[in-house]
Amino acid sequence: MVGATRGATEGRPVAIEDDVLVVGGGLAGVTAALAAADTGVRVRLVSHKESTLRQASGVVDALGALDGTLVSDPYEAVERLSDGHPYRTLGADALRSGFDLFDGTVTGYEGSHTDANALVPTHGGTVKPTARYPESVAPGLASDDRPMLLVGFETLPDFDAPRAAAHLERVGVPFAVHGVTLDFPGNLRADAAVTRYADLLDEAVPVDGGRVDARTALVERVKSHLSGAERVGFPALLGHEAHDEVRAELSQRLGADAFEVPMGPPSLPGTRLADQLYAAMDDAGVGIETGNPVVDVTTDGERVTEVTVERTHTAVPYAAEQYVLATGGLVGKGIASNRESVRERVFDCHVPHPADRYDWSVEGAYGDHAFARFGVRIDADGRPLDASEDVEYENLRAAGGVVGGADVAAEKSASGVSLATGFTAGRLAGEEVS
Amino acid sequence: MSSPSDTDVDDPTGSAPDDDWTYVFGEQGSLAPGESDLRPGADSCYKCSSCDTSCPVAEVDDSFPGPKFQGPEQWRLKRQGDEDIDPSVMECSNCMRCDSACPSGVPLSQMHNTARAEYVEEHVSKTSLKYWRNRVLSNYGLLARLGSKVPRLTNVVMGSRLTQLVNDRVFGITSEREFPEFAEQTFVEWWDERGGDEGSRRRARETRAERDDCEVDDEKRVAYFHGDYSNFNTPEVAQAMVRVFEQYGYEVAVPDQRCSGTPMFANGMLDDARRAAKFNVETFHALVEDGYDVVCSCTSCSMALRQEYPELFEFEGTETVSAHTYEALEYLRIHESVREDVADSAVEFPDLAYHAPCHARNQGLDRQAVELFGDLEGVAVDDVGDSCSGISGTYGWKSEKYDTSMAIGEEMFDHMESVEGETGMTECPTCAMQMEHGTGYEIRHPLELLDAALVD
Repeated sequence: MVGATRGATEGRPVAIEDDVLVVGGGLAGVTAALAAADTGVRVRLVSHKESTLRQASGVVDALGALDGTLVSDPYEAVERLSDGHPYRTLGADALRSGFDLFDGTVTGYEGSHTDANALVPTHGGTVKPTARYPESVAPGLASDDRPMLLVGFETLPDFDAPRAAAHLERVGVPFAVHGVTLDFPGNLRADAAVTRYADLLDEAVPVDGGRVDARTALVERVKSHLSGAERVGFPALLGHEAHDEVRAELSQRLGADAFEVPMGPPSLPGTRLADQLYAAMDDAGVGIETGNPVVDVTTDGERVTEVTVERTHTAVPYAAEQYVLATGGLVGKGIASNRESVRERVFDCHVPHPADRYDWSVEGAYGDHAFARFGVRIDADGRPLDASEDVEYENLRAAGGVVGGADVAAEKSASGVSLATGFTAGRLAGEEVS
Repeated sequence: MSSPSDTDVDDPTGSAPDDDWTYVFGEQGSLAPGESDLRPGADSCYKCSSCDTSCPVAEVDDSFPGPKFQGPEQWRLKRQGDEDIDPSVMECSNCMRCDSACPSGVPLSQMHNTARAEYVEEHVSKTSLKYWRNRVLSNYGLLARLGSKVPRLTNVVMGSRLTQLVNDRVFGITSEREFPEFAEQTFVEWWDERGGDEGSRRRARETRAERDDCEVDDEKRVAYFHGDYSNFNTPEVAQAMVRVFEQYGYEVAVPDQRCSGTPMFANGMLDDARRAAKFNVETFHALVEDGYDVVCSCTSCSMALRQEYPELFEFEGTETVSAHTYEALEYLRIHESVREDVADSAVEFPDLAYHAPCHARNQGLDRQAVELFGDLEGVAVDDVGDSCSGISGTYGWKSEKYDTSMAIGEEMFDHMESVEGETGMTECPTCAMQMEHGTGYEIRHPLELLDAALVD
């Protein structure tokens, strides 16, 4: 295993060695790293940038819609997916194992008591079927019939509360809902970072000329708009370090459950989830290196022997017995396209796609686009397949958005695909070493 | 060893031919209506605002618009018409965290560096006290060169309350901080006393003959970029670097060198930075051509050589030097069995509260010290989290920035106090000043710990 003699190859750097090397630091990469570490082997995760979990909503879906219809039980719906979908390839058990790992790792999440999806209101006023959701989001579920107030802020254009409320009414939620737009205490500048809002609440900073603290001022402003609402939804900025305490205090003083509506990037619930998962990797002894991309690979044709990380213009080699590719899809930049073709960036794995690029998309934003399913295809062990359906490399597995075959945006399955493929890739990579 | 024949070595105001260089951050109004706006990188910004939430200045200063504005938005505004560079660019501390936060590869710090340089060039009076204060702070190395000739006297003068008050009231250098003391013997003086490069070559050869993981004729050579601070103020760090590398059989070369340019970038003094960078690139390029790799003990120095030089300058050899520059611990991790050696060792050392400098973070080095020393018996090393120390080089020395600097640092001070160790550790000399200032702890460098663990 590890511990090769160094210094023998004069001048040339010798690779930093581990048993399993995970490339990519999003939900799939982290899940793979944790699953591999769980088998007792030495794991390292390298990630080009800070985790994309920081841009994620913090809500964890499994399978929310199929052919435009909402799915109530993701596990039951797996067999209705088309061939080549990662859930079909790996099986519903992989999805369950992925969620078991998630539930065993993070705290402050709900939804594990049932296989059925919960309906979470979004900042656009739609409802998102989802498998797990933060406790801060829980009082807002659409299946609950208590009357709701949504509160937006003048300086925060990303959440238009009256509009979101109107939209929720239009989709027929079983409760009364209205929205108001208020001034957030503390006179923040327009478009200030969400962390600024959270900090004012975290630290209960004096506002309004020192008259009251930010939490009190917020309660005072919201109270007159309650009109019988038993729960109040805010954009997801109710504190950062002290978010549980902030929410509890607001709820108690409003006499209504305060909850968070998940938001787009940058996202505090996503950041809180990233912090928990990265702390779990630290606890599991996973080596983590963030900030630089894998730019090159060395193989002997059958196996990957080494990868090269470009550390701020300097090439640094990394080696492992097993590798997990978790670099994301087209948006995450694990998959690249030009006018001629589509390719996987790091290992140049085969990405099936129509030869004519005019067949990559269809009319209409929500049409059945081929590009939405672009990614590497995997076998039942999570290994990417080449054009003739043979394994690309014996010791390479793929996880998350880089795996194709699922239209995760339409299906609302991005997190579930990351958990199922991440768990499978990490567990099998670890077992193969040990 | 070659040394560039630059004549204005000690004169920041000297007019080298390169002085005419101007740094243009998007020509004003150069964009015709309807024309697309394609600066490589700027166009990649999709306004996710991840950079703004990673910015330590924006976190504590509501008036600071954040990196997204300073970089891509300001670029577009300026190109569209009459908007000029906003003075707030001077509030950026150049911690470069936005670079690693951006999921889209926008070269934010490069845009900030060029915008700041243009702002200073076009809008800051060259006769203002603030300009000269910033220029003096950026050229700390030149002052240090003078001060270290009479270290005791300098320490007494700089440490006096009167000097501090005058600095604060007249120049805007905060009197809240104690000036770092000059060492009685600089690192270079120590090095020369030890026989210089020739002595190192001899010692390394002897070591290689004894070691069984290398041959006596192996070409193990590193050129040490020590920077000003470890030369004048913390020679113990530089000495530890030398001992560790010689222990592994490396011939160390210590060429004449200038400041890496880090404080000059942060103050928009790109002409000064350019002169320093040119000297350094010429010096170290010649050594790289001779088979040396460049090793730094300060992560801001390595950042400058690796990233800022190729982003801002095009001297011959800039890219080559960049590709051959490493931080010291990083170099040993990929060239020597340091992981195994540390795991087999034990030390007597105080437990440590480790802070990763922002510039280490951008090079992917923020976790290596904690990981490496996690296997070392006799010392506990705790990471105090990912907050910025807030000093960012010269930033926290300015009277008007002192409060912002300390507000940013507060989280780190809290975390330092919450862990077991009551001694700090970091790679960055100015982070070390801030850590000491906020907690009163003594601050060590990872190389000192490595020296204690590995060198007989």
